[in-house]
Amino acid sequence: MRAGSASPAASREVVVEAERLGRRYGAHAALDGLDLLVERGESILLLGPNGAGKSTLLRILATLLRPSEGRLELFGADPRASDRAALRRRLSLLSHQTYLYDHLTAEENLQFYGRLYGSRPADGDLRSALREVALEERRTEQVRALSRGMQQRLAIARAFLHRPELLLLDEPFTGLDRQGADRLQAMLRDRIHEGATCVLATHDFATALTLATRVVVLDAGRAVVDRPAAGLDPAGLEELYRRSTRSAPSFP
Amino acid sequence: MLERALFAVTAGLVPASLYMIFLVAPTEGKMGVVQRIFYFHVPSAFMAFLGVAVCAVASALYLYRKDRRFDIAAHAGAELGVLFCSIVLITGPIWARPVWGVWWTGEVRLTSTLILWLIYVGYLLLRQNADDRDQAARWAAIVGIVGALDMPIIYKSVEWWRGLHPKVLKISGGGGLDPVMERTLLVCTVTMLGLFSCLFLERFRLGRLRDEVERLEADAARREARGSRSPQPAGVAP
Amino acid sequence: MSYFRIVGLVAWKDLRTEMRSREQAVSVLVFALLILVVFNFAFDFTIIDFRSLGPGILWVAFLFSGVLALNHSFRIEREQDRIEGILMAPIDRSAFYLGKVLATVLFMAAVEAVLVPLAAILFNQTLGGRLGLMFLALVLNTIGFAAVGTLFAAVTTQTRRSEVLLPVLLFPAAVPIALAAVRATSHILAGGPFVYYAHWIYLAAAYDLVFLAASVLLFDYALQD
Repeated sequence: MRAGSASPAASREVVVEAERLGRRYGAHAALDGLDLLVERGESILLLGPNGAGKSTLLRILATLLRPSEGRLELFGADPRASDRAALRRRLSLLSHQTYLYDHLTAEENLQFYGRLYGSRPADGDLRSALREVALEERRTEQVRALSRGMQQRLAIARAFLHRPELLLLDEPFTGLDRQGADRLQAMLRDRIHEGATCVLATHDFATALTLATRVVVLDAGRAVVDRPAAGLDPAGLEELYRRSTRSAPSFP
Repeated sequence: MLERALFAVTAGLVPASLYMIFLVAPTEGKMGVVQRIFYFHVPSAFMAFLGVAVCAVASALYLYRKDRRFDIAAHAGAELGVLFCSIVLITGPIWARPVWGVWWTGEVRLTSTLILWLIYVGYLLLRQNADDRDQAARWAAIVGIVGALDMPIIYKSVEWWRGLHPKVLKISGGGGLDPVMERTLLVCTVTMLGLFSCLFLERFRLGRLRDEVERLEADAARREARGSRSPQPAGVAP
Repeated sequence: MSYFRIVGLVAWKDLRTEMRSREQAVSVLVFALLILVVFNFAFDFTIIDFRSLGPGILWVAFLFSGVLALNHSFRIEREQDRIEGILMAPIDRSAFYLGKVLATVLFMAAVEAVLVPLAAILFNQTLGGRLGLMFLALVLNTIGFAAVGTLFAAVTTQTRRSEVLLPVLLFPAAVPIALAAVRATSHILAGGPFVYYAHWIYLAAAYDLVFLAASVLLFDYALQD
């Protein structure tokens, strides 16, 4: 496991830099004074009780939401000021919403998103993407004919199709069976090995710890813990979590 | 300071115009006393257009600059636009009925005003149905701008639809309007402008106060949330 | 991919979905047909000349069914937050807008192509060669309807009471093209020369251009955050 934040910061590109990030919904602050620095190649395990702001943070990083206050830079650029299209091409969000179109086939969904992201995926590329999530035989079936687990797998294929450098994952293991979860874990490990940066919010501590280089715990919109993952096992992680947040961990 | 002065001036103008409307302006030959409603009807129409214009310009500025004040101004403009449109739409039929025997003539200007009223009532409804304040501001701005862009096209299309019709009164382009009537109309228009401005400034101030209250509530909520958070300091790598 | 390829891509997605599910086409057609039928009962066409009322009736049918189509178009994007997939994509959002407009126009044109002959049958009219011209006039106005409608629908489908808000906002704004459509098709039905209704065609074209341009500029604000 890489010791992420122990290496000198200057040697690595900063992928995410958030300073005093805040996001309000009316009177409620989902994020409040969040600081976060993520370098290329790191994989952050994002933890926190419900309502702590994990999803909000991921959505802000995905440029779906704009922060109400604070500073954010993605790949060294302010999403508000610079070429957003170029930034968006480099990242990807995988959440429990699949963003798939029910009446298009698995293949057509990937075609659509592939083209949306600027490439013209050849048949071969689509097939190998589907093969990686074990959906090649179902490629001509409409999404509404696929089970929830298959849809989630297709969503994974969609998220990885354009080779994003920053992977944002919000509870991606939900809806996956053991095989699917293993497959996703392997895919993530491959991408991280290839140099992708990863921010993963999940309750699946065991799986996540095999991938994470750093653990960040959010509570009430702020980072209360930010430390390397080295030396943590699931029990230790649970203990850390319990100690640092007010509420009990919300396990499925 | 400006508000007070404006209020004083307007307060003075209102009785002055009422005096002129009822005691100074001559009675029109064909229509009789009811024609005096013209002095309410026409300036209201001008103010309705002014409200719409304010709304559109403020909306565009809001989208460009995202300054809350522009949004409040746009909202105020739309509300006043609807208010004065309503006055036009009420005084129109009241005037038309005794003169032509019908409530609604489908006259070009009145019809266009009705459509304008509908668009900006829609604007207000949209604002009511949007939960998030910034979203409401942005969406309303879109409608405000589209509505204003649409106005000349609506006007033209209704004009062509109805065919060219005899003018109600020779109002536009001089000729035919008694000079005393003209003067009365002018005074009334200025009075209406004064009323518009007073209402606008008051409404603007109200909007700002509302924002301030929201901001204070948000701050209080935030302080409460911070206070009840875990006492552990933000972890640093050991 | 280039801007216009994205426009085509979005339109392809919508139309492909529609062809597969057909739920939209059937309900819109049936709804429009019902409106025609209601009008058939509402007026005594043995006395009234259809040609004076017909264009108006047709356009009422298109307006209402068009609102259905617009609502449906965005409801698909709202369900399961699919719109977020679009929002995160590295595209110009106005290209998404134009794609939606294109899909709506093509869809409504198909509805119009079915409904006009049906109306002719229902109201015992012979339209002959003027059918094509009438269809073109309708499509020209449909473009304007879709231009403003798509912009407004993007907004209203995010509010509560979206089904009511869209017509409330759209119908007054669409008055110019409603008038232009009815007058132009009236003249065409009556066999009048182009010069009789040329100004209506120009008005519709101007409306289309103004609001396509305005919406391209404004659309991003409808979807932000």
